[in-house]
Amino acid sequence: MPTLWLVCLLLVLAAAGFVMGRARALSSAGGDARTLHSLPNYYGLNVALTSLVPALAVLAIWLLAQPIIVESRVSKLIPAETVPEGSTIGLVMSDVRRVAAGLDLVVDAGLLTVPEASGLRAEERDVRALLGEVGVALGADVRPEVLAAAQRSRMLNHTGGLLMTGLVTGLALAGLGWAYVRTNKDFRARNVVERGVLVLLIVAASLAILTTVGIVLSMLFETSNFFRLHDWKDFFFGSTWAPNFRGDSELSILPLLWGTLYISFIALLVSVPIGLFAAIYLSEYAGKATRALAKPLLEILAGIPTIVYGLFALLTVGPTLAKVFGKGGLLGVEWMAGATSVLTAGVVMGIMLIPFVSSLSDDIINAVPQSMRDGSLGLGATRSETVRQVVLPAALPGIVGAILLAASRAIGETMIVVMGAGAIAKFSLNPLDTMTTITTRIVSQLTGDTDFASPETLVAFALGLTLFVLTLGLNVLALYIVRKYREQYE
Amino acid sequence: MNDMSRLERVVETKNIKMECRDCQVYYGETHAIKDVNVDIEEKTVTAFIGPSGCGKSTFLRCLNRMNDTIATARVEGSFRLDGEDIYDRRVDPVQLRAKVGMVFQKPNPFPKSIYDNVAYGPRIHGLARNKAEMDEIVEKALRRGALWNEVKDRLDAPGTGLSGGQQQRLCIARAIATEPEVLLMDEPCSALDPIATAQVEELIDELRQNYSVVIVTHSMQQAARVSQKTAFFHLGNLVEFGETGQIFTNPVDPRTESYITGRIG
Amino acid sequence: MTDLSANAAPAKRHGASLLEQNARTRRRNRAEARFRGYGIAAIAVGLAMLLVLVFNIVSKGVGAYSQTFVTLEVELQESKLDKKGNRDIEEIKKVSTFGYAPLINSAFAAAVKEGGLETKLKAKDQAGILSKSAPAQLRDYVIANPDKIGETVSFRFLANSRVDGYLKGRVTRDSIANDKSISAEQLDFVDQLAAAGILKKTFNPDFILGSDASDQRPESAGIGVSMVGSLFMMLVVLALSLPIGVAASIYLEEFAPKNWFTDVIEVNISNLAAVPSIVFGILGLAVFINYMHLPMSAPLVGGLVLTLMTLPTIIISTRASLKAVPPSIRDAALGVGASKMQAVFHHVLPLAAPGILTGTIIGLAQALGETAPLLLIGMVGFIASNPPDSIAAGLLSPNSAMPAQIYEWAKRADPAFYERAWGGIIILLVFLVTMNTLAVILRRRFERRW
Repeated sequence: MPTLWLVCLLLVLAAAGFVMGRARALSSAGGDARTLHSLPNYYGLNVALTSLVPALAVLAIWLLAQPIIVESRVSKLIPAETVPEGSTIGLVMSDVRRVAAGLDLVVDAGLLTVPEASGLRAEERDVRALLGEVGVALGADVRPEVLAAAQRSRMLNHTGGLLMTGLVTGLALAGLGWAYVRTNKDFRARNVVERGVLVLLIVAASLAILTTVGIVLSMLFETSNFFRLHDWKDFFFGSTWAPNFRGDSELSILPLLWGTLYISFIALLVSVPIGLFAAIYLSEYAGKATRALAKPLLEILAGIPTIVYGLFALLTVGPTLAKVFGKGGLLGVEWMAGATSVLTAGVVMGIMLIPFVSSLSDDIINAVPQSMRDGSLGLGATRSETVRQVVLPAALPGIVGAILLAASRAIGETMIVVMGAGAIAKFSLNPLDTMTTITTRIVSQLTGDTDFASPETLVAFALGLTLFVLTLGLNVLALYIVRKYREQYE
Repeated sequence: MNDMSRLERVVETKNIKMECRDCQVYYGETHAIKDVNVDIEEKTVTAFIGPSGCGKSTFLRCLNRMNDTIATARVEGSFRLDGEDIYDRRVDPVQLRAKVGMVFQKPNPFPKSIYDNVAYGPRIHGLARNKAEMDEIVEKALRRGALWNEVKDRLDAPGTGLSGGQQQRLCIARAIATEPEVLLMDEPCSALDPIATAQVEELIDELRQNYSVVIVTHSMQQAARVSQKTAFFHLGNLVEFGETGQIFTNPVDPRTESYITGRIG
Repeated sequence: MTDLSANAAPAKRHGASLLEQNARTRRRNRAEARFRGYGIAAIAVGLAMLLVLVFNIVSKGVGAYSQTFVTLEVELQESKLDKKGNRDIEEIKKVSTFGYAPLINSAFAAAVKEGGLETKLKAKDQAGILSKSAPAQLRDYVIANPDKIGETVSFRFLANSRVDGYLKGRVTRDSIANDKSISAEQLDFVDQLAAAGILKKTFNPDFILGSDASDQRPESAGIGVSMVGSLFMMLVVLALSLPIGVAASIYLEEFAPKNWFTDVIEVNISNLAAVPSIVFGILGLAVFINYMHLPMSAPLVGGLVLTLMTLPTIIISTRASLKAVPPSIRDAALGVGASKMQAVFHHVLPLAAPGILTGTIIGLAQALGETAPLLLIGMVGFIASNPPDSIAAGLLSPNSAMPAQIYEWAKRADPAFYERAWGGIIILLVFLVTMNTLAVILRRRFERRW
């Protein structure tokens, strides 16, 4: 792990810089810290940060950029006419990467020396067998241009690594030297350090944006690849979801969207009444002691990981429902084929959302001013009349916001539907049918061996992007409504 | 109504509407109201005055059992409305509050239309048999609340859209729509500007013809202007209770005098 | 002002006496009671669900912590294991696990004879009640202790999952009617062995410490290695999200000017907190694995993904605790000539530290239980067999994580794995409860009310 060592080296340099800078500042002041502009530690920090931060930044950028540069250089080595029929340059490039990684392993295992690996010719040696020895299985024999590209990519990566090490170390040393020379008793070390720290804080805060940009870009990029391979009209307006790894798949989001919305609807049907009534009881009726006990207990439900709910759906709720509605069940009907169904997933997800709805509604109901309740009670209304006719209408926008947030949670929930909903995409109204959802399909298309050149894999990114846009829209809307609602009573 | 008119008021004896004897209120450990005895007369405006925290609002809230909604509050003593103990176990506070209405310090219209605000009370108490009757009740209440002319063209507009003074008159109209016998007002003008205050005070004087009105106020001038009887509260005690004219011109208790002259409070 | 015509004396509308409830009030009070009843019912349903869930987990998972073992005296016959008798370790290693099966068979025969048990089963079928790992266990022992060849050593073998299920009540004679891997006679034999004290169900530390096993051997699957995977992921999350989260919060709360850029950041953070976790998984797959070529299934990648997911939570709670420090503290520090940065780092941050820590622990607990993104970066579907031997290996070599391991078990066909899954959930929940309790204690202990 040379990068790790490089980072360690930088840290050591920074530590050394700290000690040196501090000592130089003190000696320039004749050992009397009072004559310094700043506290001695700031001089040390200045040297350390000047050495460390630019070097680390360059390192990070280099690590991000190198793959792109290498890839673009190497892909030029593969002439378009050598790309086999039915394949793409992307597929060939993934072969190149595997061969390159395999050659690294071969060298590590001591089967070849470094020059031998670079001089390897596909005509002279069975590269596929060689790679097989170190556990890299290839689908076909390695063609000469692929091997050449792989070697080129190894060479570029190697040179890149060397260059990077040199540049980063040099930068660290230069920073250290520059800051060290600048250190004297009149240097405004504290101001410089604080400005530097502020920049670091801004960078940290911007990371949130970077994450969003990363999410959007990565999905947009792969989604555009998907739409190049697959008709967008089929994706958005088709009616069938039938991935077929021999190609020619029908990949429409609509049946998945239907399953997602149906399950979310059932989840809301369970969680909204229960959560809302629980919130009403806790905020309007319950005494202090009841509230102190029941509220945290309910909120435990929110802290339970979704995998637990998934297991609950798969192994408890599903089989129980099947015992009632399934073959040979209590009702003597045969409405349910297996344990997985829309109802299974919906009910369990509803349980998960109860505390979500109840604590959001609780906050919102509590935000309705007491004077409103007093006004109603003072007119001789009962508590329930007050709640139904004054508090709830007043809290309605906030509650709608809370329900939208819950809906967004339900739509994006993964584990419960993966384990409880089933895998068959269809339009059906029967809640006891098994159906599938967007998140379930994302998981199944992207787990196992993923081949980033087939529409069957890439469709997951289009699904993910749709999911992201859908939940983002719901969240923005919900947060907007809730904020408007709060402003009304502030 | 100036100071002169106050002196000229005819002191007549009226029927006693509410009779309160040995009243005590506790908030948890705090003894908020101590041994208070007050009689509320029919068709009279009774003012409760006193410095902040003296317990006048607390006492007012006892009169229609609004303190029931506060978990820690405990009320003792005898409160009788037309001779019936309102803290009797058989009394439903809901029925009581229909007879003893309340208007609060801050205007608190419901987030509904003006019409629905006023119709709220009659609806829950089932006072109208049909829409026409309800329209009539609402119109009557708004007229009595001196708001009809201002809002009759926009009864469907939200009550929260009115000005502060209009909102408070809406709340008064809302309270009298249920035809209460006693109307409690907890500093009804403290959130209003002087013009709105004057309107509300005028309204209170009109209401006296039909109701017993009990008003808690911070302002002595207001008490002098609108009330016939005044009770002065201090630190949870009822210090003095009597004709408004007498309290303001010739107080018996030195504490009353220092409050009225502005030395305490 | 007032419309005098409307001021006719009000009729007495509200009935004669307060002491009698009129019919309407009675009806309204019944509606009131019903409404209150709905509220109580809703809370009862919620709590009942919690109870059912907990009961379900405990009752189904507790079985994973005990396991059926068969204790046998095995004669390590020299004739089978080391024909030449020269104890050459290479020679001994040449004997495959098949070569050890006869030893177990004869050990059963000896046990039957000694215990006076009656069974019509052949020795091979007797040995069939053991886990498939038994011969390998024997072989490992012999290779580690070649000097014991020729002696008789006492071994504790895992019984196979059907036998184990039989003792736990999961497997019955009815349920195995179509099961080829075990017969009713073998169950009779198990009863006899149990009566003779040879076969016992005892506490099974290997479940907590051990590694996953292939889907043929549920009885030897454990959650220990994936726990290590989770640990490494949490280290990554902690090491990245705490400093970055705190730095971002300090900037946003203390230094950020009010402009469009900080607005964008704020909106971004609150929205990121509500993005489905699977989307972070897609991001991880696309960026860390597909683009940066970090190794698939590595806890480092899992940690990075979970960091991105946890950051918004930590930033939101950190900002809340920074905001809770009253401005007077900042003013006091600025007043004695500290720079703004010094005021924040010397005074505000230490005072906000308990709140920040609490938020971080809660964020970590959330990350610990998260599964969906891990599926996409490949932390399921393989058997994490050995704990990593170094920190670098712990971060970079493929591993599983607790929730991913649980998912993996739940997917397998053999119901014996379900017990493992529930048992794993108990451990996961123990961790979560501990972390949350710690957070609550921290909050109670250090919370300051200004």
